[in-house]
Amino acid sequence: MIEVEGLTKRYGSHLAIDDISFSVAKGEILGFLGPNGAGKTTTMRILTCFFPATGGSARVAGYDCFEDSMEVRRRIGYLPENVPLYVDMKVDEYLSFVAGVKGVDAGATADRVARTMHECGLEDVSGRIIGQLSKGYRQRVGLAQALVADPEILILDEPTIGLDPNQIRDIRKLIGELAGARTVILCSHILPEISMVCGRVVIINKGRLVAIDTPENLARQLHHAATIFVRVAGPAEDVVAALGGIPGVREVEVEATHGDGANGYVVAVDEGADVRRAIPPVIVEHGWDLEEIRAREASLEDVFVELVTSEVAA
Amino acid sequence: MNPRNLGLIYRRELKSFYTSFIAYAVIAVFLAITGYLFYNLLATFSVLSFQAQANPMLAKQYNLLNVNETVVRPLFGNISMILLLMMPLLTMKLLADEKKSGTMELLLTFPLRDTEVVLGKYLACLTVLATMLAGTVTYPALLYLWGRPELMPIATGYLGLFLLGAAFIALGIFTSSVTENQVIAASLAVGMLFFFWLMSYSAVFASPDLGRIISYLAVNDHLQSLAKGVLDTEDIIYYGIFILLFLFLTLRAIESGRWRG
Ligand SMILES: Nc1ncnc2c1ncn2[C@@H]1O[C@H](COP(=O)(O)OP(=O)(O)OP(=O)(O)O)[C@@H](O)[C@H]1O
Ligand SMILES: [Mg+2]
Repeated sequence: MIEVEGLTKRYGSHLAIDDISFSVAKGEILGFLGPNGAGKTTTMRILTCFFPATGGSARVAGYDCFEDSMEVRRRIGYLPENVPLYVDMKVDEYLSFVAGVKGVDAGATADRVARTMHECGLEDVSGRIIGQLSKGYRQRVGLAQALVADPEILILDEPTIGLDPNQIRDIRKLIGELAGARTVILCSHILPEISMVCGRVVIINKGRLVAIDTPENLARQLHHAATIFVRVAGPAEDVVAALGGIPGVREVEVEATHGDGANGYVVAVDEGADVRRAIPPVIVEHGWDLEEIRAREASLEDVFVELVTSEVAA
Repeated sequence: MNPRNLGLIYRRELKSFYTSFIAYAVIAVFLAITGYLFYNLLATFSVLSFQAQANPMLAKQYNLLNVNETVVRPLFGNISMILLLMMPLLTMKLLADEKKSGTMELLLTFPLRDTEVVLGKYLACLTVLATMLAGTVTYPALLYLWGRPELMPIATGYLGLFLLGAAFIALGIFTSSVTENQVIAASLAVGMLFFFWLMSYSAVFASPDLGRIISYLAVNDHLQSLAKGVLDTEDIIYYGIFILLFLFLTLRAIESGRWRG
């Protein structure tokens, strides 16, 4: 549905995105993840035909974003980052305007607008001036605006930014419900948001694509993915040496030292090695107390930090 | 170009002129100032008429006692000057504000052509201009209470005023497209309009050939002949070209803004 190849964008001499390629299948929800200034908004603006790329190509539903921009624009519902709306218009009036501009038949407009307001929970404020709505409701109007012409593709740039936790939850739920059969790109730098709703994640940093996979695969791929946390009462140096001697253990780190002599250790393990079962006998053998042992899954957050920081170091 | 899209932009923009009270403010101030100027012209005219009754020499100066020459034509001159100051206030927000508030990003990613956007906004401004001018029709109408002004110069004068205002609006949209600051947009527009206006003064000092060119380029000289009742296609073509040029430049400015990102 969306194919991006070698996409590059320069603002003057500043390279905002550099040779990015990815594709999104029909019906897929793709997370677009990156820290501030990574180039997320820039990429979305090219896909939505706001401005052309400096190099590379972007195709939506088989149409080139630059050559056939009208065809692309007809198929996309876009919620820009800061939710720009006409603040002097009423909600229903604004949605009718957007529906009209997006080619919804004049006869079907009222129906579409009513349905969209219902879906987005806007019925109570349909006659209110947009400028007087709370941020959460404006966000809903922004979403409604993107959905009102029933587009095949939905591009949402940080849809929950600046909302309180309750509203964040509501909007996320709404996005999950509204995605339906649509192809969705969801930009964010909030990790749980992405791992919750997205089937696949693109991670970009400083304009470069650093990873693209499912959240689970990304977590698994991560080199330090498998770690085991153990808490042992015993002399720290000896414990580190003993744990380090177990086959399959790559590295042992003392995480927290306590006065009572029980320290936490993070044990990094080679992939595939079954170390967890080998640890207790070693501890017991030395006559120490094993107070706690648990496996630690790498979260998407670890992946993100890892990828982004290793990129910086490189 | 899709007429439905044009209509949607036009109606949205026109409505926003009224819901934001911009149209009311501009129209009210415009009518107040022009009304005051009309009153002064009328007062001068009646004083002159009284003096002419006592002084036959003055009465022979036909021009002075012609209501068209003494009231209507100066009135049109005054109105054109007020238009120069007011039109930029109407146009300054058109694109600058869309850019500043970010709504431009949505507008330019809707399936709309840039020409539909610009023309829709332009027509909305023309409608406000027409309303402003319609409000001033009361002044010449009042003249009928006392005299019989010639109709033709009034009709062509209004055509001239409308074309002049339309030209001001085109230039105003252009300056609004090159900045996201409304104050800068309005200042640029007033500056450029004064330049096109004051050009005619330089025509006096230039060589005859150059003088003719300068005077053709000056925006107000064309109103003068229309206000005299002379309907010359040359004047109408001048305004047509002026308007098309600045609308075209506006489209170029939007386009280049796209490329710059
Ligand atoms: N109009 C512009 N002119 C010049 N540079 C720009 C412009 N827009 C963005 N940039 C730069 O391009 C880079 C990418 O910006 P972009 O807005 O795409 O990042 P982002 O991933 O959306 O960040 P955020 O999470 O803060 O929204 C940044 O370094 C930014 O400063
Ligand atoms: Mg952004």
